[in-house]
Amino acid sequence: MHITREFKGKARPDAATRDRLPPGQFVTSDFPILTAGPTQRTGLNDWTLSVQLGGKLLARWDWKEFAALPQTEMKTDIHCVTKWSKLDTRWRGVTIDDLLQAAGLAESPAGFVMAHCDGGYSTNYTIADLIDRRAMVATHYEDSPLPASHGGPARMLVPHLYFWKSAKWVRRLAFKEQNVPGFWESLGYHLRGDPWREQRYSGDE
Amino acid sequence: MNGPLRWLLATVSQLHEETAGVKTISFDVPGWRGHMAGQHVDIRLTAEDGYVAQRSYSLASPAGTDPRIQLTVERVDDGEVSPFLLDELRVGDSIELRGPIGGYFTWSPGTAGPLMLIAGGSGIAPLMSMLRTRALASSRATARLLYSSRSERHIIYRGELDRLRRARDGFVLTHTLTREVPDGWTGERGRIGRPMLMQRGFAPRERPHVFVCGPTPFVDAIADHLVAIGHEESSIRTERFGPTGESK
Repeated sequence: MHITREFKGKARPDAATRDRLPPGQFVTSDFPILTAGPTQRTGLNDWTLSVQLGGKLLARWDWKEFAALPQTEMKTDIHCVTKWSKLDTRWRGVTIDDLLQAAGLAESPAGFVMAHCDGGYSTNYTIADLIDRRAMVATHYEDSPLPASHGGPARMLVPHLYFWKSAKWVRRLAFKEQNVPGFWESLGYHLRGDPWREQRYSGDE
Repeated sequence: MNGPLRWLLATVSQLHEETAGVKTISFDVPGWRGHMAGQHVDIRLTAEDGYVAQRSYSLASPAGTDPRIQLTVERVDDGEVSPFLLDELRVGDSIELRGPIGGYFTWSPGTAGPLMLIAGGSGIAPLMSMLRTRALASSRATARLLYSSRSERHIIYRGELDRLRRARDGFVLTHTLTREVPDGWTGERGRIGRPMLMQRGFAPRERPHVFVCGPTPFVDAIADHLVAIGHEESSIRTERFGPTGESK
C-alpha cells in the first residue's frame, strides 16, 4: 500500500454503507450512462427476445408475450467497473429461471450463456451466474418502463457482477457449452467480473 | 493480454495549467507497458487511515511505449479526486496507477479511412492522444476535429492544436463556442448540431472512423445526430463522462 501524500478523501461512508461497497467503489446518487456507441431505440412492435440452445432456437417472445411471463421485483445494489456504485435500485422483469421454464426447460442446462444485444454488444456468463433468481431480463426501473438510454425496452440485470454484464438492449440469449468472451471481455476486461473480488480486467485474480 | 495489469508507482514530473480548472499532469511510470491512443488508466489514492479512492482518466500523451505519460484532468467541484490532483499534487509526488485500459475507443495510424473527432470540453484528452499519435507517425490519414468549448478561455491545448492545423498535413480543426463568443471570432458558434456535423465533418459515404468524447448529454446528442445524418452505427465510438442529471 502506498500512502498518497496529503490525500485525505472526503467523508467516509458509514459502516453500513461500507459493508455494501466492493473494493475501489464509491457511492453515487446519479445514474451514469456508459455505452460504447449510439443509444439503440428499438420500438416495442419490432422487439423480440430469443433463447437459443446449442445454436437452435428454443423460444421467442414478442413484447406482449414477454410481458405476460411471471414478473419479479428486485431491489439491489449495482456496481460499475468505472468505480461508481448505486445502492437500493429497484427493478422489475423476468428472471432467467422463469424464462428457461417458459422456454420449456424443466432443468437449466449446464455451461455458458452469451447475451446478444441491439447495436452489436455482447457479454458472456456462466449459467450458474444467471440462475437461482439472481439475474433477470429487466423491463422496468423504479416503477417506470426502462428508458432507451438505460437499456430499454429490456436489459440484462446481473447485479452481483460488474454492470457491463447487465447488457442493455438485450435481444437473444444463447446457451452454449463454451465460455466465449463477449464484447468488453475481448477488449481487456475480466471474463467473469465479480466486484467483490475486484475482477475488473483480464488477468485480475 | 500480457498478464495482469499491476499497480505501478507513477511520479509526477510536471504540472501544467491548461485552463482554469484543467491541468495536464506528466508522470514517469517505470514498468509502463505502452498504450494505444484513446485508452485510459486507473489511479488509486490512499489516505493515511487506509481509505482508498480509485478513478479513471484518459491518456492524453501519444501512443507508444514511452514511460512518460500525461493525463489531463478537469476539476469536478464536489469531486473527491480531481480537486486533490489539481490542488495538492506536487512535482515529485507519487501515486499508484495501472493501465492501459480499454481496447475499443482506440485509433492507430495504420487504420484506413478518415478520422473524425468530436470533443466536448475536457473530452478532448483521448482525442488529443489520437492527434498527437497521428502527427508523430507523420500519418497522412485525413483528420477533422470538431471541438466544442464554453468560451475561448476554456479551450484546452489551443496552441498545440493551432500548430497541428498549420502543418497542413490533412488535419482540419473547427472550434465552436457555446456560451461566450468574442468579437472577430471566426470559428463556429453554438452547440454542435446536424448542419455543423455535415459541413465540418466527413460525409457518411467517406466512411470515417468517428470518436465522440465529452459529457454524457453532449455525447448522447451527437451520437443521435450522427446516426440521423447517415453514419453507420458501428463506425461511431463514444466515451461519456460526468453526471447524467438523472438521480434515478
